Amino acid sequence: MMIDFLFQTLWALDATLRVATPLMLCAMAGIFSERSGIVDISLEGKLLSGAFVAATIASLTGSVWLGLMGAICASVMMSLLHGFACITHRGDQVVSGVAINFLASGLTVILGIAIFKRGGQTPTLSSGERFRPIELWFVDALDNVPVIGTIYRELISGHSLLVYVALLCVPIASFILYKSRFGLRLRAVGESPIAVDSAGVSVTWLRYRALIVGGVFCGIAGAYLSISHGANFVREMSAGKGYIALAAVIFGNWRPIRAFWACLMFGFLDAITSRLQDIDLPLIGEVPAQLMSALPYIMTIILLSGFIGRPSPPSAIGVPYKK
Amino acid sequence: MMIDKAKKTSGGDTACYILELQKISKSFGLVQANKNIDLQIEAGTIHGIIGENGAGKSTLMNILYGLHRADTGEMLIDGTKAKIKSSADALALGIGMVHQHFMLINRFSVLENVMLGSEGGSLLSSGKIATVNKLKELGQTFDMEVDPNALVSDLNVGMRQRVEILKALKGGAKILILDEPTGVLTPQEATQLFDILDKLRANGVTVLLITHKLAEIMAITDNVSIMRGGEMVGHRKTSNTDPQELAELMVGRKVLLNVEKPKAKPKEIALNVNSLGCFSSRGHKVLDDLSFHVKAGEILGIAGVSGNGQTPLMEILSGMRKPDEGYFEILGKKIDRDTKVSPFTMRENSIGHIPEDRHKHGLILGFEAYENMVLGFHNTEMTGGKKLLDKNHMLMHAAERMDEYDIRPRNPKLLASSFSGGNQQKIVVARELYKNPKLLIVGEPTRGVDVGAIEFIHKQLIELRDQGCAIILVSVELDEILGLSDRILVMNKGQEVSTVNGDDANPKDLGLMMAGISQGASN
Amino acid sequence: MSVIKPLPRWADLILLPFINLCTAFFVCGIVVYIIGENPWDALMVMLKGAFIYPGSLGYTLYYTTNFIFTGLAVATAFHAKLFNIGGEGQAYVGSLGILLATALFAPFLPALFVVLLCIICSALIGAAWAFIPGYLQAKRGSHVVITTIMFNFLASSLMVYLLAGPLIQLGQQSPQSDLIPESAQLASFETFFSLFGIDITSSPLNLSFLLALLALFVFWVLIWKTRLGYEIRAVGKNQDAANYAGINVPKIIIITMTISGAFAGLLAVNEVMGVQHRAILNFTAGYGFTGIAVALMGRNHPVGIFFASLLFGALFQGGAELDFEFQSITRDMVLLIQGMIILFSGALAYMFNPALSKIFNNITKNGANDD
Repeated sequence: MMIDFLFQTLWALDATLRVATPLMLCAMAGIFSERSGIVDISLEGKLLSGAFVAATIASLTGSVWLGLMGAICASVMMSLLHGFACITHRGDQVVSGVAINFLASGLTVILGIAIFKRGGQTPTLSSGERFRPIELWFVDALDNVPVIGTIYRELISGHSLLVYVALLCVPIASFILYKSRFGLRLRAVGESPIAVDSAGVSVTWLRYRALIVGGVFCGIAGAYLSISHGANFVREMSAGKGYIALAAVIFGNWRPIRAFWACLMFGFLDAITSRLQDIDLPLIGEVPAQLMSALPYIMTIILLSGFIGRPSPPSAIGVPYKK
Repeated sequence: MMIDKAKKTSGGDTACYILELQKISKSFGLVQANKNIDLQIEAGTIHGIIGENGAGKSTLMNILYGLHRADTGEMLIDGTKAKIKSSADALALGIGMVHQHFMLINRFSVLENVMLGSEGGSLLSSGKIATVNKLKELGQTFDMEVDPNALVSDLNVGMRQRVEILKALKGGAKILILDEPTGVLTPQEATQLFDILDKLRANGVTVLLITHKLAEIMAITDNVSIMRGGEMVGHRKTSNTDPQELAELMVGRKVLLNVEKPKAKPKEIALNVNSLGCFSSRGHKVLDDLSFHVKAGEILGIAGVSGNGQTPLMEILSGMRKPDEGYFEILGKKIDRDTKVSPFTMRENSIGHIPEDRHKHGLILGFEAYENMVLGFHNTEMTGGKKLLDKNHMLMHAAERMDEYDIRPRNPKLLASSFSGGNQQKIVVARELYKNPKLLIVGEPTRGVDVGAIEFIHKQLIELRDQGCAIILVSVELDEILGLSDRILVMNKGQEVSTVNGDDANPKDLGLMMAGISQGASN
Repeated sequence: MSVIKPLPRWADLILLPFINLCTAFFVCGIVVYIIGENPWDALMVMLKGAFIYPGSLGYTLYYTTNFIFTGLAVATAFHAKLFNIGGEGQAYVGSLGILLATALFAPFLPALFVVLLCIICSALIGAAWAFIPGYLQAKRGSHVVITTIMFNFLASSLMVYLLAGPLIQLGQQSPQSDLIPESAQLASFETFFSLFGIDITSSPLNLSFLLALLALFVFWVLIWKTRLGYEIRAVGKNQDAANYAGINVPKIIIITMTISGAFAGLLAVNEVMGVQHRAILNFTAGYGFTGIAVALMGRNHPVGIFFASLLFGALFQGGAELDFEFQSITRDMVLLIQGMIILFSGALAYMFNPALSKIFNNITKNGANDD
């Protein structure tokens, strides 16, 4: 019984990590962008674009690494477009984000059909054209250790490279944000662009860089979706993950580590939803699966209403900077 | 309240000026903020730049610091021409600035704020130690110690200003510009600041002190330049001049209005303010135990430097804000912090309000003139007596008002943003005066308004007074207060300093009271 | 630098949007070219497919109906400077109002009343779905953009649950509700015209189109002719001045969002009562988001919204024709065009303003010598 429960838990946590990976990366991207003062609704579009380009290039060249690079490039280009509209032309940031999401939805399918003629899908990648699960060192050695060995094998080892990359990105993002000069300036420009300007630092360049960094993260996330977790690109495969990542950013109060935990939590909910298909909970009765999938959104709304803690976004967010 | 005269050492004796401005001009749209400014600053001195609000001082300093670009003119640093296109350029040339509104990140610590822009490496760790040491060193040299790890949001205003100064000094500033530094300080903090400035001068730093306070100029500066209406109107060695001369240069023409002002015939009390008090959102007391009254048929002028409680007072009296302490009685109605009020009910009770910031409150720039003409009255019959807005009625109404007040261009359908400042103000005045209010609250009625419109508006106010209206006039322009008021109440730091009769008042006394230097006899 | 005068009214309202629109189409044309098709041919096919082919106008106007509703929803909120992205969700749950009304009233009341009550209920439920984000923004400062996005997802989850569960048509496997009773079904234009002996090609266009036109009129009256509309616009342009004028800003925010949601909810009248005669999964199909483009293009004005809705209706219908006639183009092209239009008419709306202003300034300088 106990073993069964342990395995169930391990499985759930394992699935959590896989689901949370694109969320974490997009959340880091959202944090960088929003901390610099730019609202970013277009995480979804960047994720989708990255997924498409990764799958396309991997399919055409057979190389996962080129696919990954392509995804990053595509996502960065979307970020630059967002920056062009919001920073250079001081356009409305939400409108620009919505536009980019539409562009991504449309272009990914149009180009996909043009290249592969499969109605929007890209060809299924063979195992060699994907990021395969990696067995970490010591897996065999630890096999004999009770409990820990199992956890190591089932939960920690055996993920694709990009999962580990994503997990690394969180402390890296945190480090950049809090311990580097760039991070200090970035956080400053989201609070008070004029203070940064009067300190002799270019607000424009700073914000563009924030968006570019975000683009890189989203690109990796997109690549994960199509050439690691999945084996091809399917239309709209981002399925709202970009918005959940945004919710995680808000939930984490625009801090990388906290947003990371929010992503894990949302990932966990998603993972067990399929398991808990209309389970019977004591007292509550039948819990519809849709309620579980709606939980991240409900929780974000409750948080935003200020009922559990007060979200404190960067002070200057959403306001274009004019000298 | 006396400001201790800081000990003055003799200024620098170099012939070459450390900073020189030649024929600097700058316009914003139709408004010329700076016109052919010439300025010469000697190294190692404290140089004051004095002028009234709106004289163009801040614009000039922003040009010097790279936040604005001059339209014409040259800047020379140490004799060489300088091109300052951004703050980075200014900093590189050794110019540092402490702004009127602090440029600090509240969420950051002192250390982080000081490091911003000069972190000393891509990783913060290396720069942090160096900065902490530098802060300590500067703090000891100039008697300006701060805790590097304190959050700026926890610091009081005086300490925040210290951080700003330290930040400029850490960047190696040879010229330090201070824009209205004592506006937000207590007298003690101001004294401490002057001690610091003294030490700076002793260490060879050149200080540009921008202010409109005569006392400060006399207390600490070596030289002073006077600005008025966007131009430089005089340069003096401080020891060779006095507040009277400076005040005259600041204000310009003799204090005499062309308005025929018949003697007031005040009647019953229309407004009675009793121990009014209120707090800012940060918890500072911005109105402190304020009591006064205004009678029907008289104009009470409230004189004072901007930011001494006048704005909260007007907001409370017009129903935009609730008092925290005390109460006031308007036309028979008592209002304290528990009463439900809104500007709408105030208007219904014959109270008009001409706000001090017409762009922020008085007008909706994106609305057309005829829509602005009913702002605040849109729920009354001013918009026609029918269920829907009667556009023709409103257009006619606006056209009539525009004729009456000579508002140009005579087009009720023109966007408010297309009118000049004077005409915009006339729209506000026309609107608020239409219903013949019994009490009128007026703030800065002629700010940014041309001379012709000024005289027109002043005439309107006098006429209204003679019809029996009680008027509270808040203005930072002394001649306006002196020209219009029957009685004058001077405010400082949210309190009443003194109330004098209009006939007995003179600019010098008022100026000193406004600056918080002397206490007049209460009325 | 000399003073640059603002553009004349007509240039601002018609010329600039037109230029933005052309730019959007031009860029899309480039994409079409890249994937190997002729942009000009594609454009022609779209136009014919939208207007010329038999029945196409009907289809176009049917889509237009939806866009008018969602466009009005976004435009209403925009007038108070609020961004209502929740049109999708508000329209989706509007269908619940219809189902509820038919369940309650259809057995007892004649068709006319049933229809009226259904319309009211769909607007009410849509309004309620927007009320909460509006309230949260006004009273708790929660950004209405994020909350309405969240509510879209909530609506999606809710409807999936209901349509696959309690409301599912008996005996069906796919999630959809029962057919609504005849009394609640809106006649199509085809049926309507046949009453007069006029024969028109079949299409989903139904009487809700008239409701949409009525909604445009109501919107116009509301925003520009009522005191409430005055207050809404005041809040949108200058909250400080609105405060000064005694306007209760939080109240206006809530009311505006509620009205906005009501407009969106009416979309369900078209889809559920007029076309599908039942609630099906995802009948909102992106109409809510398109409403954003419609409001932006139409400059939040009823006339503009009508033409923008017509444009997008033509796009959608033309897009279907494109899909049909071209191997390599699908309806996703419409998404691309939409995105471009939102980009150029929304975020980059004033990109051409400086250039245009210069041109106009030169023209007026060489023309009259006026102040």
